[in-house]
Amino acid sequence: MPALGDANMKIHEYQAKELLRRFGVPTPRGIACFSIDEAVEAAGKLGGPVWVVKAQIHAGGRGKGGGVKLARSIEEVRDHASAILGMQLKTHQTGPQGQKVRRLLVEEGANIRKELYVGMVVDRGSQRVVLMASSEGGMDIEEVAAKTPEKIHKVAIDPKSGFADRDAESIANDIGVPESAIGDARDLLKGLYRAFDETDASLAEINPLIVTGDDKVVALDAKMNFDDNALFRHPDIVAMRDLDEEDPAEIEASKHDLNYIQLDGNIGCLVNGAGLAMATMDIIKLYGGNPANFLDVGGGASAEKVTEAFKIMLRNPSLRAILINIFGGIMKCDVIAEGVVTAARQVSLKVPLVVRLEGTNVDLGKKILADSGLPIISAANMADAAEKVVGAAA
Amino acid sequence: MSILINKDTRLITQGITGKTGQFHTHMGKEYANGAHCYVAGVTPKKGGQNFEGIPIFETVKEAKAATGATVSVIYVPPPYAAAAIDEAVEADLDLVICITEGIPVRDMVRTKYRMQGRKTRLIGPNCPGIITPDQLKIGIMPGHIHRKGPIGVVSRSGTLTYEAVGQLTALGLGQSTCVGTGGDPVNGLKHIDVMKLFNDDPATEGVVMVGEIGGSDEEECARWVKANMKKPVVGFIAGVTAPPGKRMGHAGAIISGGKGTAAEKLAVMEECGIRTTRNPAEMGKLMKAALG
Repeated sequence: MPALGDANMKIHEYQAKELLRRFGVPTPRGIACFSIDEAVEAAGKLGGPVWVVKAQIHAGGRGKGGGVKLARSIEEVRDHASAILGMQLKTHQTGPQGQKVRRLLVEEGANIRKELYVGMVVDRGSQRVVLMASSEGGMDIEEVAAKTPEKIHKVAIDPKSGFADRDAESIANDIGVPESAIGDARDLLKGLYRAFDETDASLAEINPLIVTGDDKVVALDAKMNFDDNALFRHPDIVAMRDLDEEDPAEIEASKHDLNYIQLDGNIGCLVNGAGLAMATMDIIKLYGGNPANFLDVGGGASAEKVTEAFKIMLRNPSLRAILINIFGGIMKCDVIAEGVVTAARQVSLKVPLVVRLEGTNVDLGKKILADSGLPIISAANMADAAEKVVGAAA
Repeated sequence: MSILINKDTRLITQGITGKTGQFHTHMGKEYANGAHCYVAGVTPKKGGQNFEGIPIFETVKEAKAATGATVSVIYVPPPYAAAAIDEAVEADLDLVICITEGIPVRDMVRTKYRMQGRKTRLIGPNCPGIITPDQLKIGIMPGHIHRKGPIGVVSRSGTLTYEAVGQLTALGLGQSTCVGTGGDPVNGLKHIDVMKLFNDDPATEGVVMVGEIGGSDEEECARWVKANMKKPVVGFIAGVTAPPGKRMGHAGAIISGGKGTAAEKLAVMEECGIRTTRNPAEMGKLMKAALG
């Protein structure tokens, strides 16, 4: 099955539903709230008898973590809102520290007869947008795919003519949408595709898609991610970004056009190029160490960029040693060496620093490091660098 | 011999008047036979001008007609890069190498659709390019680390390819051609396509295959190698330590839904008779050992 993308800009459920409604996808009526009073007011506006109070964080698995509650009175809405708002919600996607809930979605309750699954991604195999659908809604789709792959139905969508009526109808039928709702399901699926395509989404998922007691199809939950590379043409989507949901170090890195991901080890790595950066983490592990981060400064980083990268890496209190691994192509080793020396002086470096330089102007670069008077440990190649940095961190 | 390009290739730079296009066209011209190979540039509204003596045309079609070029390299900014590929495909070029990083996936889905049934091959986008040492360098790799020789190199990444090449050169193993297929999920030639070309190239005696997490390109290539390859292949996969659900720099480098892990790829490669190493410092050594 195509992999579910989880790599691009995310938005909240209530924002995804707003977006989908614009493309004709039916959702329950709901109101986004930032306080307990707003939640109570929203419940009044929506009218009863049943409401759902849902924590809005970017991670999935909110229900299991206690972030989704049913309320049968306005008082219960108030109780649930006060319990959920501000809680540190832990799910399988948040990590053990959880994520603080700052926003709620209050929705009208739904009469659920059937729970289905539909999701859309760009499939690398067919190089097209693929709709995946299953009768097993509400569950983790990756689990369904692993255990009962025959229950996942897929259709690749023609980029020119779009989602064909007969394909949409046939997949709706495959996942058990009742006869009387097939037309509505077809329109919903076509709306989902138009939303995906027109917003440059990388993932759109409705889980569950429900069939109600009166045979209506409704998106009970919604999740959308977007292709970072296409955000330049979607200012309206950029405006939905919620920085509270992102890692501060990763935000800082993205400002400087650096690619940083924090990990749980203690050896910082600063590398040019994504493949080499991963390989550097791997070799640290192979020599018995643990990488503290992935950090790709890009193919053509400047001395300033290296300095910024250094500062971001050093915010990590677990850091015990640093390995810089640069294979200079466009990026000249002497320029990098200047950047490293400047950065090490600016931040008054307290942990051992191992540097491996290779490529254009390597001799000049090594001379700059040696002449700097800084306690830099020079390495001849990747293996030597890994051995030295693991030793230094021990 | 070599694959895809050689000293007789005639080449267009699309986006030749931008800073990146100028820099790398200059470097390409300086390398080996580059001065004879870089014959044209394309930048809309700048037709009639020239860059270091290379004539600039309005369109790829005009450039092809005037110079006989059959290959192009693209340094056009991301919002326009997919359209630049489309133009090269419509002009029926044999090969297009797109260096540009950051093209929206939706644009590439449409471009790949338009390429169906056309003769043009695509390398990239978001790739270092292709080099046949001592003949022609197309792309952003440092030319001086390469040596002419019998080893083919295919990889999804840039600097990690340089690392592999650097190790080969240090061990006295030169390269026939090195191809970077790029870090994006929707792209042109895959490992398997390049592997087939190396298999048919009399000058290539062994192949280093460098992969990374995400997708299943390496597995598909490995299965083809098992059934068809007549030459030794060795491999390394970057990202054994990468956490699931996090994009490791490249849009295509992500483990999702438990798929595309390094361990899984390495296992399939080994099953298919490809010797692998978990140590990125030993790619060269492994190739040397495999040649016997």
